[in-house]
Amino acid sequence: MTTTDSTTAATRPQTGILAYLGGHLRDYGMLLALIAIMVFFQIMTDGTLLKPVNITNLFLQNSYIIIMALGMLLVIVAGHIDLSVGSVVGFVGALAAVMMVDWDWPVLVTIPACLLVGILIGAAQGYWVAYWKIPSFIVTLAGMLVFRGLSLWLLEGQSVGPFPKSFQSLSTGFIPDIFPFTAGLFGLERMNGLAVVAGVVIAAVIVWMGLRSRTQNARYGIEGEPFGFFVARNIIVGGAIIFVAYKLSTFRGLPNVLITMGILIGVYAFLTENTTLGRRIYAIGGNLKAAKLSGIKTEWLTFLTFVNMGLLAGLAGLIFAARLNTATPKGGVSFELDVIAAVFIGGASMSGGVGKIVGAVIGAFIMGVMNNGMSILGIGIDYQQVIKGLVLLAAVIFDVYNKSK
Amino acid sequence: MTTLLEMQGITKTFPGVKALDNVTLRVEEGEIHALVGENGAGKSTLMKVLSGVYPHGSYDGVIHYAGTEARFRSITDSEAKGVIIIHQELALVPLLSIAENLFLGNERASNGVINWRETFARTEELLAKVGLHDAPSTLVGKIGVGKQQLVEIAKALAKDVRLLILDEPTAALQENDSQKLLDLLLELKAQGVTSIIISHKLNEVRRVADRVTVIRDGATVSTIDARTEEISEERIIRDMVGRDMAHRYPERTPNIGPVLMEVSDWCVWHPEQTDRQMIKNAAFTVRKGEIVGIAGLMGAGRTELAMSLFGKSYGTNHSGQVTIDGTHADTSTVPRAIQSGLAYVTEDRKELGLILEEPIVRNITLANLPGVSASGVLNANEEQQVAERYRDAMNIRTPSVFQKVVNLSGGNQQKVVLSKWLFTDPQVLILDEPTRGIDVGAKFEIYSIMNDLAAQGRGVVMISSEMPELLGMCDRIYVMTEGRIVGELTGAEASQERIMEMILRH
Repeated sequence: MTTTDSTTAATRPQTGILAYLGGHLRDYGMLLALIAIMVFFQIMTDGTLLKPVNITNLFLQNSYIIIMALGMLLVIVAGHIDLSVGSVVGFVGALAAVMMVDWDWPVLVTIPACLLVGILIGAAQGYWVAYWKIPSFIVTLAGMLVFRGLSLWLLEGQSVGPFPKSFQSLSTGFIPDIFPFTAGLFGLERMNGLAVVAGVVIAAVIVWMGLRSRTQNARYGIEGEPFGFFVARNIIVGGAIIFVAYKLSTFRGLPNVLITMGILIGVYAFLTENTTLGRRIYAIGGNLKAAKLSGIKTEWLTFLTFVNMGLLAGLAGLIFAARLNTATPKGGVSFELDVIAAVFIGGASMSGGVGKIVGAVIGAFIMGVMNNGMSILGIGIDYQQVIKGLVLLAAVIFDVYNKSK
Repeated sequence: MTTLLEMQGITKTFPGVKALDNVTLRVEEGEIHALVGENGAGKSTLMKVLSGVYPHGSYDGVIHYAGTEARFRSITDSEAKGVIIIHQELALVPLLSIAENLFLGNERASNGVINWRETFARTEELLAKVGLHDAPSTLVGKIGVGKQQLVEIAKALAKDVRLLILDEPTAALQENDSQKLLDLLLELKAQGVTSIIISHKLNEVRRVADRVTVIRDGATVSTIDARTEEISEERIIRDMVGRDMAHRYPERTPNIGPVLMEVSDWCVWHPEQTDRQMIKNAAFTVRKGEIVGIAGLMGAGRTELAMSLFGKSYGTNHSGQVTIDGTHADTSTVPRAIQSGLAYVTEDRKELGLILEEPIVRNITLANLPGVSASGVLNANEEQQVAERYRDAMNIRTPSVFQKVVNLSGGNQQKVVLSKWLFTDPQVLILDEPTRGIDVGAKFEIYSIMNDLAAQGRGVVMISSEMPELLGMCDRIYVMTEGRIVGELTGAEASQERIMEMILRH
């Protein structure tokens, strides 16, 4: 098996790649769908989609969805759901507004206080789910109503703002350029050197890590993807990162929130794939009883996934409020649906135990790019909802089809 | 004797696998025909072809049924002709009554309105036929597996069954329930119902079958007629595995050391009905290198005893002492029980033992992740090496340890569960029905593994409903009934009769 595969890959890379792709459609299907959707909107919008300002916007608009999708993935992998995150975003945003505007709390106190509140909200909900075995759907549906009501109460039905500059920079700030001279080197009018350097470094690190794990796999005789496929995938991913970094550099550079998001994605990807904690959460979702009888503290870990979700929803609430520069009673309405949709589009299973961080991020980008692209095209909110709904359904059908094949 | 069913040259292929290769099966009107073979030999596939689960056209070959060529396109088609299959996993709705279950999809109704009087009257009639004395309004979830099996048969009778197919009907049944079921089959035969019974239990096959067809690797090996020759278990086993199996239990010279685990005065109450005592002052010992059996009928409390000892996974209000290796062992939670050197291999592999959708490697390391990680970070290479070590040691048949467990046969799945527990390096292993649903060849391998464990100086506790297995494997056997340990026999003095006597005399 091994030898035939590698020879076909070497002599006829085209078929090797295609055959491999056919076998791993489930893993790469959504990435290909994202690329196709981006190409489609890039053409339809006459290039507006990938303009530097719009790319920056895409990140700002979707950062809080992506950040919550990281937590939601863990919740869904553990076999649960959290419907309250939209309301928690609204509530934490409202709380931050009241703290800063009405009570004059400094930003550096407000942020940790709000994150702590997020943690407490997650703990309060997780407690009932984990230790009382109350279905998470019901607990978080209650939470959804409670925190929506509480944010209305906090804001007394009004919008509260604006916020101090330092708070806004959570979302709309940019990392200052530490290599300002590079623009001159390339003879460009405007280029943020840091962004480009960061893009190249990240791309290089990804390729290096890929190569390292590949050689390790080879040493242990693990059969990975065909080499041609590996090269092609890295060219696409690395190229995309450098391309995006370059585009960003010609606008205002790296948004703070992109850095926050990037670090969180890295941390959670590592957590889910390389730690005992992550492995145990997958086991809980895969077979709760077997996990418990294998000595896994199922209640405690379930509780932790909700605490973590609360923390990330709190962070998303802060970023969302910072972006709008005001907290409104409607803040975060129906965010939970976008977040959950992103996780399912990314290949997670409703019954738990299956799903990847990268998938959830791609799922969130698919939703985000479609929102953004359709808005640029001036498609009405009515059609937008219909199309998004159908994409969610199609993605899950695709998943089920691939599984049954 | 006329022929009721003749399947000729049946060939069924799945992508990459030939599940059935030119299989021939002839069943005569009014006989009980046993179909035997190892797991994966193709018995269930053949029955699925017959019942229309695999529709006409998806296989090659011809089926003649009741004088005409049958081309069943679905289960509905075959049921309309009186071919009814009862699967190993019962297809009953636990929250509906017996009567509702009996006529599910076949309701006594006109224009969609159910005639409850007729439903209940017919149910009474059918239940009397199968010898079940529960009220038709009893919820199916409230009756035991043995009775549920009878409900399934009554359901088949409600559909005017002519050819009844039972897929391992006694696999989950106790000795006496099995006997009842077999008696019922003989009775139905007297009333003219033809049956095909798939079974692993050769003594049962011998008891009821008129003819036996053995299938191996998707092909018919032989058909033995009980009326002209004796059905010997040796002959069937030889045909099933394709070789002589002189000994069903591997050779072993016990090397028994000092007491390793001692349980005394162990009491446990029912988790919901807290005034009901499930385990009553149980006490037993396990020595180093010893295989200890626990015999008893279903409901005797064997699984409850084991699970309550293993991190209080069953019941409430536990009391009593456990010592392992001379010191008090804290087994109050599963992690602590594992820490104390205890391991429990559950009776229900799929529900309680494995994460089916995950690969072998992840299942093997699940109970001891710290063993393949440093400060909470997993070492993927080390993990794979561990899994491959157990694959080789246990002879788990799989091309790769990254194969999902769901794709393995029952025997290989059991080896994965055993690997998982061995990786926690336990001193005492409790094995609950370790060979249930496993074919003869794999059973032998599991027995050999158990012997190896004992030879390494571990203590092995084996819970089993199959007495010959206990007698063949154990150095000592405890007999349990109604939550009490009522007797203890050494391997030499134990016999099926003495065990039954202890249970009944109690």
